[in-house]
Amino acid sequence: MHNKTVAELSRDLESGQVSSVELTRHFLDRIQQQDSQYNSFITVTEEQAMAEAEAADQRRQRGDATPWTGIPFAQKDIFCTRGVRTTCGSKMLEPFVPPYNATVTQRFEDAGAVSLGKTNMDEFAMGSSTESSYFGATTNPWGERRVPGGSSGGSAAAVAARLTPAATATDTGGSIRQPAALCGITGLKPTYGRVSRYGMVAFASSLDQGGTMARTAEDNALMLNVMAGFDPRDSTSVDQPVPDYTADLAQPLNGLRIGLPKEYFTDQLSPAMADAVQSAVREYEALGASVREISLPHANLAIAAYYIIAPAECSANLSRFDGVRYGYRCKNPEDLLDLYTRTRAEGFGSEVKRRIMIGTYALSAGYYDAYYAKAQKVRRLIRQDFIDAFDDVDVIMSPTTPSPAFVQGEKTSDPVTMYLEDIFTISTNLAGLPAMSVPAGMIDGLPVGLQIIGRYFDEARLLNVAHQFQQATDWHLRTPND
Amino acid sequence: MQWDVVIGLEIHVQLATQTKIFSGSSTAYGAEPNTQASAVDLAMPGTLPVANEAAFRYAVMLGLAIEADISRRSVFERKNYFYPDLPKGYQTTQLAQPIVGPGHVDIELADGRQKRIRIHHAHLEEDAGKSLHEDFHGMSGIDLNRAGTPLIEIVTEPDMRSADEAVAFARKLHGIVTSIGICDGNMSQGSMRFDVNVSIRPKGEDKLGTRTETKNLNSFRFMEQAIHQEVERQIDVLTDGGAIVQETRLYDGDTQQSRSMRTKEEANDYRYFPCPDLLPVVIDDAFIAHARQHLPELPDARKARFMTAYGLTDYDAGLLSSGAAMAQLFEDTVKHGKDPKLAANWLLGELSARLNSEDREPANCPVTGAQLGALILRISDGTLSSSGAKKVFEGLWDGEATDVDSLIEARGLRQVSDTAALEQIVDTVLADMGEQIAQYQQADDKKRKKLLGGFMGPLMKASGGQGNPKLFNEILRRKLDR
Repeated sequence: MHNKTVAELSRDLESGQVSSVELTRHFLDRIQQQDSQYNSFITVTEEQAMAEAEAADQRRQRGDATPWTGIPFAQKDIFCTRGVRTTCGSKMLEPFVPPYNATVTQRFEDAGAVSLGKTNMDEFAMGSSTESSYFGATTNPWGERRVPGGSSGGSAAAVAARLTPAATATDTGGSIRQPAALCGITGLKPTYGRVSRYGMVAFASSLDQGGTMARTAEDNALMLNVMAGFDPRDSTSVDQPVPDYTADLAQPLNGLRIGLPKEYFTDQLSPAMADAVQSAVREYEALGASVREISLPHANLAIAAYYIIAPAECSANLSRFDGVRYGYRCKNPEDLLDLYTRTRAEGFGSEVKRRIMIGTYALSAGYYDAYYAKAQKVRRLIRQDFIDAFDDVDVIMSPTTPSPAFVQGEKTSDPVTMYLEDIFTISTNLAGLPAMSVPAGMIDGLPVGLQIIGRYFDEARLLNVAHQFQQATDWHLRTPND
Repeated sequence: MQWDVVIGLEIHVQLATQTKIFSGSSTAYGAEPNTQASAVDLAMPGTLPVANEAAFRYAVMLGLAIEADISRRSVFERKNYFYPDLPKGYQTTQLAQPIVGPGHVDIELADGRQKRIRIHHAHLEEDAGKSLHEDFHGMSGIDLNRAGTPLIEIVTEPDMRSADEAVAFARKLHGIVTSIGICDGNMSQGSMRFDVNVSIRPKGEDKLGTRTETKNLNSFRFMEQAIHQEVERQIDVLTDGGAIVQETRLYDGDTQQSRSMRTKEEANDYRYFPCPDLLPVVIDDAFIAHARQHLPELPDARKARFMTAYGLTDYDAGLLSSGAAMAQLFEDTVKHGKDPKLAANWLLGELSARLNSEDREPANCPVTGAQLGALILRISDGTLSSSGAKKVFEGLWDGEATDVDSLIEARGLRQVSDTAALEQIVDTVLADMGEQIAQYQQADDKKRKKLLGGFMGPLMKASGGQGNPKLFNEILRRKLDR
């Protein structure tokens, strides 16, 4: 049952072959039996899930089911869930129970999906290994002591271990695509503004985007059908019609023009990774696509610009965690300053503090122009690189990550090597473009991902391109030892 | 040494929108603490601001009223600092691209000359909450009802040269914002708060002296006092060979003392940057045209109309037209009471005196224009003497009754205008005043006029204050001039 896709489970529910109660029980049992190995969930909402499953079965009997009614799923613990604590992987929010739902959460609830619980993540989504979580690191189901990637490592590991058929996630610099790649699943970061950010704890507001994780492109499309759309509560969400993302999945790829950025395929790239991408590209040629080299001249500036802009925004976004209204508060504060400093010193982990300090510095009087203003200029150049490139190609392909999953602890002492994990993914956040990672090979028994970048609001095409690949290959069907 | 005084003002005007600038919470004043604070106002994680269109309409109306440039594109920025009544840890405000650009307000000086005060710009921002330090279980309480109330901050050029000019400007601006209905003008509730920048320089000197800023003055009187005091303080410092320290000062209207709050060195680095949660505000021609079309009458136009339509003097028209509430009272009074001159006299006399003595704004006047109009009708038709009218006014003010006629009856204030009855009183009184009668009849016309008053006192007394003085006068003349 747990090897089935959302699409298959939805059909099984519709045909009555299985009930949501059975399905939900099954996944809850798997979580209970196996998650101690992975630590992919921070909170499992068993009782609530069973109640939702019963309600879903009744709704299906009444005949007003959606494709999601009764389907279990998991939510990254960054989405606020009414009545269920939402920690964002931080001690700061350990006791926080929101009185409201994130818009994404509400949409799944309205569709009748069954939430199994909240998945682990790097603290405040800052990290690429899910090791900075206050609730302990998540382990990649593909290898003992291997990281699942991050920050959405809990969601990726839970899907890979088939503890849930699907999970929501967020991506600020690669936090959906990199863990999807490292865990051998399919993930999509939509266009900035496609999915509401309301109720998603903010890291870097101009880069954060909620997205999807599942085993197949088709399941990602089903998820996006629920999540995408304008939200009057998010001024940056875009009021554009939402297509049925499953409608074009079967379109053949004849005539598809693929661009490979020369800046990404240098001798810096490991031969094994280059081979994996090249064989995926050959598969696409076999499916009727043409391939050409393109250039993204400012690609080498992306990490530098990102690590100014994201920390700058986070330094302000995280100011609200001050111990005054909710969340962690230090014991026996002597005065206001003591309340602030100790609450934040004790409540935040070291990576979060590092980024708050970087961002505060970058915005300081006398440094703003040299750092923040310049980074914004670079951001515009990077965006223009992509816009120019898309004059000649329909999608851009690259490795998702430089290498497969690394060993836990390997990069925690050197933040810059950790930051380089996102070297291929960060540019699309700066540009606001949609991008996917699809399983595209194995290196030393570990999965690697192919990144597919599309034009603004061209998610349907991305999903089509990913789906066709998955019709021709079986990388996405591989599972870790089970 | 002779000194020139240089004054610039920053005025925070609370906009009279129904809801807050970035949330749907009510802005009504005086509710129980924190009953008008939503998840957005509390800066709960993941919540997002959505701009209130009414605030932009009001800002544009202000811009039109002060003949300012209106920015087609304005940008909200984050002003970062920690304070318990600032839930997000930053204030959303405008800095580099404010919605209202340079404009001007013309004021009338004591000698009748006009002076133009230039407006540097006006920008939209959100108000903070309030800290309650008294009577809260030995702790400080936070009330976030006010947090997020829309403010427009109007910044003048340093164009005022005395406290009188500053107050004249403040009153004029108060009249403008209340007339166009963007602010209730209630200064005691903080709807308009003035920050005063004061510097002095030797007479004839071009270079500006070091300025201080005295914050949060919420009455014209406090503002005047604070300026006088600050000018004297600065003169003392400079005369003693000292130097003015650039600082922010607080003025306590109760003790009439000011003290330093912080110096420039202690000032925050606010680390402004554009708020990534809000898109730039784009105002188009149609929006401005609509606002222009619906812009209510401005004080200057109203003054001219009061002079031509009601025959008021320049002076009376100026006083009655400057504030929206007073102007409305006047027009309501005339509508019900007919006689504009009498209405003006009552409003500028009795009613203004009473407002002043109770430190009330015209907006909070307990007597309505309809009531005052009814009162004036009863004066015009002879039902009330002027002393009786004053008593009726007191009764209305104190809420003894709401209806003028029933007050007259209840208090027995109806004038006796029955000629036969009055004649009888006159005859009785004159019978005991032979000496005065002789004196009168020997006097010339000029003297007679004066002497006639000597009879009026006893006549009024004999009539219990209810005799019609005009009729008494006629009867007396008829009897004595024989």
